[in-house]
Amino acid sequence: MSKTPIQSHSHGDAAPGDEQSDILAGISGYVIGLVLAAGLTATSFWVASTNMLWEPGVPIGLCVLAIAQMGVHLVFFLHITTGPDNTNNVLALAFGLLIVFLVIAGSLWIMANLNANMMPMESLTNLSMQH
Amino acid sequence: MTTATASIQTPVDPHHLGRAGGGGDETPGSGAGGPAPKKIVVAYGFWIFLLSDIIMFAALFAAYAVLKNATAGGPITNELFSRTTVAIETVLLLLSTFACGLAAKAAEAGKRRLAQIGLLVTATLGVAFLVLEIIEFAELIGKGAGPDRSAFLSAFFALVGCHGLHVAVGLLWAGTMIAQFKAKGFRADIMRRFACFNLFWHALDIIWVAIFTVVYLLGTLP
Repeated sequence: MSKTPIQSHSHGDAAPGDEQSDILAGISGYVIGLVLAAGLTATSFWVASTNMLWEPGVPIGLCVLAIAQMGVHLVFFLHITTGPDNTNNVLALAFGLLIVFLVIAGSLWIMANLNANMMPMESLTNLSMQH
Repeated sequence: MTTATASIQTPVDPHHLGRAGGGGDETPGSGAGGPAPKKIVVAYGFWIFLLSDIIMFAALFAAYAVLKNATAGGPITNELFSRTTVAIETVLLLLSTFACGLAAKAAEAGKRRLAQIGLLVTATLGVAFLVLEIIEFAELIGKGAGPDRSAFLSAFFALVGCHGLHVAVGLLWAGTMIAQFKAKGFRADIMRRFACFNLFWHALDIIWVAIFTVVYLLGTLP
């Protein structure tokens, strides 16, 4: 069974960080990534220091910018893409993100709940005074 | 016969990855093609390690977020952190990651001197980052805001210190790579090692993005 000329891929998977293109295209990818990341970082610092924005929205805005920058790093530096040969890497990343979400959100939720249900400090001292 | 097979296979396997080919498939990593190339397997394994490392950082982030207000009457975030230092550290690490990527491209092209220079720039920027961080830590401890002061400061030093430790290990690794390029050249195993280093260094920058946002920027809001 001879291979058809269109089958240019010599292998079926891409490693994380792998990129199937020529050197110049690879460098331009890094430059785009650097520009985007620098822009997002600069925006983060500007958002944190300016008085022009609605204050209660600033923390959420900063989180969105950070997540966007992590995405830029993943795509342009680690080359985790949605390409068909990248499925394994994306699946591993998705599972990792699930665990990260569970650990952080779960900890915050449980600890906030514990704090809310804790007996206030004053009543604790009052209890000990009664003895 | 060949053209008929190809025309049948095209809709089943539009990207020609060979996953749908069945027993007659000769693509490595699927069917009768045998295991995937070592390059793929090694980088994938290292990617799994990096994800587990990121999960460990998630636990440290969770601890920090929970203990942020447990200052025990000690200094709070706004009194401790300087945005200027963090901005410089961020720029250093970002440029370092960029240089690392360029070094990888140079190594792919077989240009040893360029790859070594790229790695040297990477490591120099990394050292500058680490020096700034150590100065910051020393100042904090000098002000009486060491990790023993409050639960908040313990969590802070654990989180940022762990990242710094990773950077220090990465620097050691970068130095090793420069030496191995000289001693062993672009052998297949050295290239795999370098690909892993590249992934490691980029992942550290991703974690730093989370640190400078959560710890420093959110901690110094008015």
